[in-house]
Amino acid sequence: MESIVAEVNHIKKSFGTKQVLKDMNLKIEKGENLVVFGKSGSGKSVLIKCLVGLIEPEDGNVILFGKDITGLKESELNLVRKKVGFLFQSAALYDSMTVRENLEFPLRDLKKLPREEIDTLVLDVLKSVGLEEAIDKMPSELSGGMRKRVGLARTLILKPELILYDEPTTGLDPITSKEISHLILDVQKKYNAASIIITHDVECARITSNRMMIIKDGISVAEGTFSELSESKDEWVRSFFK
Amino acid sequence: MASDIETKTDSKEEKPAANIQSPYFKNVRGFFEGVTLGTRFSFRFFREIIRPRYEFNEFLKQSYLIGYRSLPLVAITGFIMGLVLTIQSRPTLAEFGAESWLPAMVAVSIVREMGPVITALIFAGKVGSGIGAEIASMKVTEQVDAMEVSGINPFKYIVVTRILAATIMLPLLVIAADAVSIYGSYIGVNLKGTVSFHLFFLQVFQALSFSDVFPATIKTFFFGFTVGLIGCYYGYNSNTGTEGVGKAANSSVVFGSLAIFIIDMIAVQLTSIFN
Ligand SMILES: Nc1ncnc2c1ncn2[C@@H]1O[C@H](COP(=O)(O)OP(=O)(O)OP(=O)(O)O)[C@@H](O)[C@H]1O
Ligand SMILES: [Mg+2]
Repeated sequence: MESIVAEVNHIKKSFGTKQVLKDMNLKIEKGENLVVFGKSGSGKSVLIKCLVGLIEPEDGNVILFGKDITGLKESELNLVRKKVGFLFQSAALYDSMTVRENLEFPLRDLKKLPREEIDTLVLDVLKSVGLEEAIDKMPSELSGGMRKRVGLARTLILKPELILYDEPTTGLDPITSKEISHLILDVQKKYNAASIIITHDVECARITSNRMMIIKDGISVAEGTFSELSESKDEWVRSFFK
Repeated sequence: MASDIETKTDSKEEKPAANIQSPYFKNVRGFFEGVTLGTRFSFRFFREIIRPRYEFNEFLKQSYLIGYRSLPLVAITGFIMGLVLTIQSRPTLAEFGAESWLPAMVAVSIVREMGPVITALIFAGKVGSGIGAEIASMKVTEQVDAMEVSGINPFKYIVVTRILAATIMLPLLVIAADAVSIYGSYIGVNLKGTVSFHLFFLQVFQALSFSDVFPATIKTFFFGFTVGLIGCYYGYNSNTGTEGVGKAANSSVVFGSLAIFIIDMIAVQLTSIFN
């Protein structure tokens, strides 16, 4: 069981009277890409936010790198979080900072790092998403696809062992989507990280997934590889792949 | 249509977090919930401000944005305030043959009341709404979450720095506004008749005493703190959604301005007791 990176056991979460997660379970191993499908509003974002402790579930527990994060002290939680990268649905770049400052932000706790080393780290990671020329731009000057890529660069800068992608390709044209999908694949190879990829994009799932999971009404209804699920007997499951 | 809106707000009442976001408290319960959450928010500010780490660079940046960037606006309104106050007061004083008291009277009313309150109101309109909208939009675009995930305490980085900057910058802005305003008054006095610069300021400084300046300065710290606190509170607790940004900005200004008058009233009572 050494290779299990993250584990979600029977978590429940409601907002007001609306129960978003009913009984979610999830396991992911080192080096694995898990793609999560689900209708809009089915609680996919809530699920991965629970995974990093941004949202506290009402019941159940979350285990990250062998540590139960429910009830962990903030300082301890932050240590665990340093090993997790999170690409937000909206990229979540800091508006008031340039691309360079955005990328340096997660590094600010590593004060001992010399200036040159920070610069190389920033440049390296920007190069890996193909955006070296945007280094001194403000986020408002970037297109949607570029923002996603800078967001990805920012999550990669700490070399995370677990990466959570919240709809990495939504709102992008098919070509850029494909580029991002291949980028995710490259990252998997380069860092040997585990990834959870939330998406509606069949092409992205086909390219990136080792395993897939479909959630509906707050529970996981189907699991399997891309080809297994796309040829599922269940009409509803198959409908995602059209 | 109207009933649609009604049911929407009703369903929101299930969760207190959504209730406080309505710009005007709908009912008594909502009001007290709002007060409780607001108090907890300010306690959290005092808890976080003493614990390291200290976000000093961000504090300086916010001070620059909040203070220095507001200076032109505050100076212009201050100047007009002094000028207009002088022109308006002259006929009344002339009726009593007390025109020579004009500089003294205007200076006292500016330093004691007009300068602090008008500057604070402008501050609430410009800075309070700006803070509310900015934090709310950081919330909508998940920047606050992103900060938290990378192990940085967003309350410290975003809220504490802004409240502190507002608390320290508003008193400085008020001093600047007072100075410009008294200069405006000098121009106003000289529109009719001439009073030398020297004589004007001699009269002004003779009229002003410590008991005018000190309480007025103390209360501006409270004004600044409150405007910062209210802006941050509404921004930080805003609804996720773009309409939350507008509401946060609106509530920041409405409640910020209201709080300024309430604090001013309390301050006047306290000052008159101590005098
Ligand atoms: N902070 C919150 N407060 C109240 N309700 C919330 C909150 N976050 C999410 N929800 C609700 O939880 C449900 C699931 O939201 P979530 O963002 O996880 O959906 P999603 O599956 O990611 O959808 P999408 O594909 O559109 O991003 C939604 O109905 C949403 O209204
Ligand atoms: Mg989502």
